[in-house]
Amino acid sequence: MSYYDFLFVIEVLVGGLLSGVMYSLVAIGFVLIYKTSGVLNFAQGSMVLFAALTFVSLVERGIPFALSLLITFAVMVALGFTIERTVLRPLVNRSPMTLFMATLGLSYIIEGAAQLIWGTQVHGLDLGIDDTPFEVGGILISSFDLLAAAIAAAMVAGLSAFFYWTRIGLAFRAVADDQFAALAVGLRLPRIWGTVWTAAGFVALVAGLLWGARLGVQFSLSLIVLKALPVLVLGGFDSILGAIVGGLIIGASEKLAEVYLGPFVGGGIEGWFAYALALVVLLVRPSGLFGQKTVERV
Amino acid sequence: MTFFSHLRKAAIATAFVLGATAVHAEEQYFPLQSYRVGPYAAGGTGFFGGFIDYLNLINIRDGGVNGVKLAWSEGETQYEVEKGVEVYERLKSNPGIAAWNPLSVGIAYAMIDRITDDKVPLITINHGRTDTTDGRVFPYVFPLLLNPYSETSGIVNYIASKEGGLDKLKGKNIVVLYHGSPYGKETIPIYELLSQKYGFELSQIEVPHPGNEQQAQWLTIRREHPDYVVLRGWGVMNPVALKTAQKTGFPADHIIGNVWSNSEEDVIPAGDAAKGYTAITTQASGERYPVVQEIVKTVYGDGKGNLEDKSRIGSVYHNLGIVNGILNVEAVRIAQAKFGNRTLTGDEVRWGFEHLKLNPARVEALGAKDLFHSINVSWDNHEGDGYVTFQQWDGKKWNVVSDWIAPDWKLLRPIIEKSSEAYAKEKGIKIRTAEDADAVVSN
Repeated sequence: MSYYDFLFVIEVLVGGLLSGVMYSLVAIGFVLIYKTSGVLNFAQGSMVLFAALTFVSLVERGIPFALSLLITFAVMVALGFTIERTVLRPLVNRSPMTLFMATLGLSYIIEGAAQLIWGTQVHGLDLGIDDTPFEVGGILISSFDLLAAAIAAAMVAGLSAFFYWTRIGLAFRAVADDQFAALAVGLRLPRIWGTVWTAAGFVALVAGLLWGARLGVQFSLSLIVLKALPVLVLGGFDSILGAIVGGLIIGASEKLAEVYLGPFVGGGIEGWFAYALALVVLLVRPSGLFGQKTVERV
Repeated sequence: MTFFSHLRKAAIATAFVLGATAVHAEEQYFPLQSYRVGPYAAGGTGFFGGFIDYLNLINIRDGGVNGVKLAWSEGETQYEVEKGVEVYERLKSNPGIAAWNPLSVGIAYAMIDRITDDKVPLITINHGRTDTTDGRVFPYVFPLLLNPYSETSGIVNYIASKEGGLDKLKGKNIVVLYHGSPYGKETIPIYELLSQKYGFELSQIEVPHPGNEQQAQWLTIRREHPDYVVLRGWGVMNPVALKTAQKTGFPADHIIGNVWSNSEEDVIPAGDAAKGYTAITTQASGERYPVVQEIVKTVYGDGKGNLEDKSRIGSVYHNLGIVNGILNVEAVRIAQAKFGNRTLTGDEVRWGFEHLKLNPARVEALGAKDLFHSINVSWDNHEGDGYVTFQQWDGKKWNVVSDWIAPDWKLLRPIIEKSSEAYAKEKGIKIRTAEDADAVVSN
């Protein structure tokens, strides 16, 4: 392998890791809700679309950036509490499959509502972040991706601190460990779930802005859930650390596979390679690399 | 478009469906399998908006085509094949159907057998399966102006013109970045053929659907140092390609987009990364063409414009819809000249399409000079030798940067015939003759 080839491998690897961070951003939203309520929220992608579309539509109507951000966050909070009140609360104690199907339906409702309210046009989203690459030792690195990684890291740190050092975070963990025990000690589940959905809404907003700046704000934004699912399977559905590590592994491996294995099988393999990798992990560790093993008394 | 404008539009559409779709005598009806919501709504609203705007212009300005009013109604498909077929089944019983115009490869494929049985034309302007160009085998399908093979040839000819001639292509390196779908893969053999003919190096790289992640592909492109990248994309794949090209240091002005990578919706999300990007088109964008100005004055002035956002008038999809409207209306007009100024059968309109010859003088008379070049459809050539031009995005609008360019039709025709004849053999279809084409069902 020549020095140039070696540099190219590193470049693909770094690009893949940075892409993986973007996948993690979406996956974290799933984890938050799954961790505390056991619901695989398929509507997370639609929430990303809804947040980004709301934000960009407000900005395009002349509302200042910061105020638009604030209003969008308020909208996501309202959305989170509405979902908890109208969808989840009536379905308490239903099977996980019922809840999953409910979020699947919710996904279509949010997508439809987003288009009904804000229209179907494609929007550009300029966050003011320069996306020209810079070179480090012969390797091109995207400044946008680097900043996105920093934002993701800050968000993970913030969420971790929130989970470990606040009363509500403690309550989250208690609910995640055992809902009935949490109820028994007087924790108010609906309020906690409402707050969790709000947190997921915040994650959707951050992911929506970063992915929106990358892809443009358009309907396809909701399809990014397809990138998050293998990350969740690999990392574990209830682990924020798993979402990060899973994202990095999926991002790096799918890029390396596309570049080095793709040419032998006609290319275009990264779409399914991530799922193949996740499937292998699923066979070996059904709860993912960092997921909590479920032990049930039978 | 706001919530309330949606409501208003829905109310108008409902009233229209209830009141206007019952086609009366001397009305020619266009069933529209439109998509105004869903992932491709931006293209759908533009195209069907332009088409309806032109039909409205003919009704308001001319009182219809020789006194025959044009009518239409819409069924929402969301660009989904099963919904497209469902809309087809729902609308096909309306009398006086002139032609179907789904603007969807998938829906068009699903309709070929059905419309052939019904004897009604299926228009797939700028898209559809290439071998439907051969009217000997596909009597009712019309990939007007441009089929995928002609598009490929047009792009290579444009690159040649930039390099100083076809002979200068030898030794050049061209990468084709294509959407991982039957649509994206359709031109693979033609690029290979042209590569062998002109001696350029060729790599074809697939982007898996939907194309929202292309880091690996563009790093591979960067390693190959190509002279040009041809972008054969669709939807979100296009802005992501432009953004990732910027991220990997590939210049936008060496990326040439195909006909489904050429709209405002493809470049606006990419922001500055799209500046300098060039794409093929069969119809120029902008409002300066007399027919577009007439639509603004007459249709929008009358409050009947179809686009909610008037800033989209003259956009790529809107102008494509207008050109599609011109071609449909002129086919009806030509058929009327033979069969009489009345509501025509689908087969009579098919005959009209098979005699759709609009030379540049006629195009100018229609107010479309420089909007599109010309068309010359015949019973066995359903594409009609459309010319292409190239537009470059300056960050705000498209600017035409080439003359009208002719694809290499002679080179492509034998390949098309080979494919269509294989289809005919497989399906047991009798190859039509000119006499067959002149036999028309009039009731």
